[in-house]
Amino acid sequence: MARHVVATTGEIAPGSSKLVTVRGRSVALFNRDGEYFAISNTCPHAGGSLCHGALVSLVQSSRPGQYELSRRGEMLQCPWHGWEFDIRTGQSWCDPESFRARAYQVTVEPGETLAKGPYVAETFPVAVEGEYVVVEF
Amino acid sequence: MGFDGLMPIDCDIHPAVPGMQALLPYIDDHWRETIISRGIDGLDLNLYPPGAEISCRPDWRPESGKPGTSFEQLRTQALDGFGARIAICNCLYGGPAMYSEDLGAAICRATNLWMAREWLDRDPRLRASIVVPVQSPELAVEEIERCAPDRRFVQVLMFAAGEQPLGRRPHWPIYEAAQRHGLPIGIHAGSSHRHPNSGIGWTQYLLQDHAAFAQTFQAQLLSLLAEGVFSRFPTLKFVLMESGFTWLPPFMWRAVKMWRGLRREIPWVDRSPADIIRERVRITIQPADAPPDPAQMRRTLEMIGADEMFLFSSDYPHWRFEGEAALPGGFSPELVRKILVDNPLATYPRLKEVLS
Repeated sequence: MARHVVATTGEIAPGSSKLVTVRGRSVALFNRDGEYFAISNTCPHAGGSLCHGALVSLVQSSRPGQYELSRRGEMLQCPWHGWEFDIRTGQSWCDPESFRARAYQVTVEPGETLAKGPYVAETFPVAVEGEYVVVEF
Repeated sequence: MGFDGLMPIDCDIHPAVPGMQALLPYIDDHWRETIISRGIDGLDLNLYPPGAEISCRPDWRPESGKPGTSFEQLRTQALDGFGARIAICNCLYGGPAMYSEDLGAAICRATNLWMAREWLDRDPRLRASIVVPVQSPELAVEEIERCAPDRRFVQVLMFAAGEQPLGRRPHWPIYEAAQRHGLPIGIHAGSSHRHPNSGIGWTQYLLQDHAAFAQTFQAQLLSLLAEGVFSRFPTLKFVLMESGFTWLPPFMWRAVKMWRGLRREIPWVDRSPADIIRERVRITIQPADAPPDPAQMRRTLEMIGADEMFLFSSDYPHWRFEGEAALPGGFSPELVRKILVDNPLATYPRLKEVLS
């Protein structure tokens, strides 16, 4: 498994996303208040672009009319049909046995560390003073 | 006759109120005077006009009077006719459909008293559903409390279309009382006609009334599901009566699909609607909207995926089939056994009390 430098931290504002291509595959990157997530961009349900989905809370209920929100911003909702995926695991909330969007390990690394390698960054210029989003793929 | 030696439990037969005269002995002075002075009578449901073909099989039709009003006929034709071990009476008279809450309650109460005295007392095989004034949940609960100690009442009956969708919270005290007494809620085709009987408006023909009722049942199932009744009353079962069952597969597919995308607004529905329906909903087999080929029925049953959902019913005296062919083609012998005996016993806890 190689580690790919895919973006600078500055490119993805908190609460926003960015679509990148890693080894020919579309990967959606999300910045949730400084925590970064990467997930396969293609929704396993019908192929919607998850990069354009919203990060929402997990909504549960212990009785009708009551809404209990938790894990704020950790559920990714597909823009096409509203399916929800756990941004950490890629698992579908409604049908976790059958549907999973592949989730990737993400780290933020300083440029000086990256310069030492081993990273796959042939197409991405790395400056020693920057901070980078690195995806394990 | 019998079904391979099995004595069926018939979950839907219809003794009929011959007319208001029969209920007057069970109605208090004020309402008796009011009913007589205003000539209130003939509260049969529009769905089953007594003279219409669909309301009574020709060989079951009495020489005079309304179908289903003769105890002797019902005993011979329905109980003996199908070799029933037990049969549940669902009286479809207009008490639950009255606009007046108090008059509705008086007629429902009279209907239940009349049922116990004129029918249940006359044959130990008979059981009945409690007819309740759904117009007033408070009065409906009172009637449930009044009837529940008589263990021959095994279910609470509601018409499939009333003042508002069945999932709405004003109905919840009825569900709470039913659950507490171990009584399933029977939802039977029938309407108080407060609203058009189809989603596109009022219909003109009896055929439309009957055919469109499958949609009404679907809408009520969605109401019970989305409003959270299944979640709030975890042991309460709902029995759907008289609008077919072969519509279940595409209905469940659609409900599951929509839930997957929109479940955030109803998070109390925390698992697949299809699983909830399979677990909590029961459905009588007559009338069956059966496909022409029994092999297609087998596939439909496979798609529904829950043999325990089905309950035997003759729907006496309504005209649904000829002779003794109360079971549609395509049911396996194992399924037939479940439908005739096991499923009714599992659905209605009170039936076990006298049979075991």
